[in-house]
Amino acid sequence: MNSIAKALLSRPEISALVMLILVIIGFSLYAPQFLTYANMRVTFFAFPELGIVVLGVGILMIAGEFDLSVGSVFALSPLVMVIAVGRWGFDPFVAIAIGFLVALFVGYLNGWITLQFSIPSFVTTLGMMFMVRSVAVVLSGGFPPPFPVDFPIGIFVADLGLFRASMLWFAGFAVVLAVMLHFSNLGNWIYATGGQPQAASDMGINTRRVKLFCFMLCSFLAGFAGMVTTFRLKSALPALGEGVELQAIAAAVIGGTSLMGGIGSVIGFIVGTGLIRVIDNGLVMARIDANWFKFAIGALTILAVILNMWVRRRARAMH
Amino acid sequence: MTTEILHEHAQPKREFVTPSANALIRCEALEKWYGSVHALTGIDFHAEPGEIVGLVGDNGAGKSTLIKILSGAEQQTSGRIFFDGKEVRLTSPKVAMHLGIETIYQYTAMVPQMSIARNMFIGREPLTGFRIGGIGLMDQRAMVEHATRSMTNIDLTRRSPNTTVEELSGGQRQAVAIARAMYFKSKLLILDEPTNHLSVKETNKVLDYVASLKEQGIGSIFISHNLHHIYPIADRIVAMARGAKIADIRKTDTSIDDMTDMIV
Repeated sequence: MNSIAKALLSRPEISALVMLILVIIGFSLYAPQFLTYANMRVTFFAFPELGIVVLGVGILMIAGEFDLSVGSVFALSPLVMVIAVGRWGFDPFVAIAIGFLVALFVGYLNGWITLQFSIPSFVTTLGMMFMVRSVAVVLSGGFPPPFPVDFPIGIFVADLGLFRASMLWFAGFAVVLAVMLHFSNLGNWIYATGGQPQAASDMGINTRRVKLFCFMLCSFLAGFAGMVTTFRLKSALPALGEGVELQAIAAAVIGGTSLMGGIGSVIGFIVGTGLIRVIDNGLVMARIDANWFKFAIGALTILAVILNMWVRRRARAMH
Repeated sequence: MTTEILHEHAQPKREFVTPSANALIRCEALEKWYGSVHALTGIDFHAEPGEIVGLVGDNGAGKSTLIKILSGAEQQTSGRIFFDGKEVRLTSPKVAMHLGIETIYQYTAMVPQMSIARNMFIGREPLTGFRIGGIGLMDQRAMVEHATRSMTNIDLTRRSPNTTVEELSGGQRQAVAIARAMYFKSKLLILDEPTNHLSVKETNKVLDYVASLKEQGIGSIFISHNLHHIYPIADRIVAMARGAKIADIRKTDTSIDDMTDMIV
């Protein structure tokens, strides 16, 4: 019994999962529309667009770094893609590849600057957040460029009933990244790099390369999620994704990811994203002023960190 | 000033212990410059198989620099290193570990948030078949199995290998680090002040483990600023001051009082 309790306590995503279930039960009791097919569709449409970003942000946090520029990449990457077709006449698939390259390049810059000058990634990516957003606005002239009709939209956002194709992409990323993080040696290096960088490099791990990989992965996923949103809206908005970076960090933290690095799980990312999406939607369905959404997310983030600290101390005390 | 110099030459260079023909590790005229700082001024150093060498000296004597070079964390400016009779270039910790040189630091090279099993194999994870460019799935069953067996060697039988390292005491962590070195069949173990921050009881335990390595033919270099810690288990004491070796003497040829006089 004791060991089961301990196993549960030492997994922070469990408490987040319990909270998610409670929130769902609460909303479905309070708002009868909440658990309907139509409303679940709405939640499931929005879920992967944040969830894909959280996967990258969370893994980067496990490696001990932050990325505040994901919201801007979320806008720039699809914007360049759309302009590449509409203005420069590229083939849509080539344009998608160009969009990914833009995201990867920003991720590389984030990593390179952070590691080369040994400055906090918080600063690097905060700067990059402004710079990338600025490029997006300048490039678009402040207005969404005309959206070409020949994009293979279906591959990304085809309506499959309860959810869109984007949910399958999210599931695919989640499975692949969960295997990478929890079962591969690369995952072990990511945890070690974030948990105790000195120990990791003493054991022969190239922590620079591990971090650079995580920065690029994070940025790539943000670009991908931005494309999905753009395909759904059929418009590349230069202001797309504003605030996504903080929501993504909040989701990761609510799901038990440590701000110090070394702790976190893909299940936690999913549960954290789920909580944010469910609260966002549930408030509307419960006819509560939707402006309370940010309040709820903020409170939940603080609560999650306090709870996780307490739970971890308890788990450690139980021998 | 004069007395200091006299003390430093308490043991004449010609009386320094010389390496045997099959020394485990042997360094010749190692020099290290950090900018304009001469951290190592051409040092000869060696360790024999199954020998415990105590390396003592004050802060800034060059101990850490020597250890960083031997563990591959840094490279010498000039000088040569021979391991198992062959000249080697220790360009990274990985290269050193691959040769069989394992270093245990005072903070322990462990990640607190990770399990014992995962810690044992950081950077050397056993993989199951399929892999791309060195990345593949870890053989987690083998990791837990080997960790369990290694933990028996260090009397850590009441713990699960899935326990996180942060739940272990300082001494237990060092024990796991030593068990890791034993598992990977290291030939030379470098212990950098491993008993700092440990209680007396735990210190003795760590010293016992190190002494037991001797029986397996593993050579050890035990760094400490406390002569009393290493004197009981060391076969030979090497003392350093200002980037140079000032004594290299077998324990049987000296006493702890003589040693203290020599290096303080």
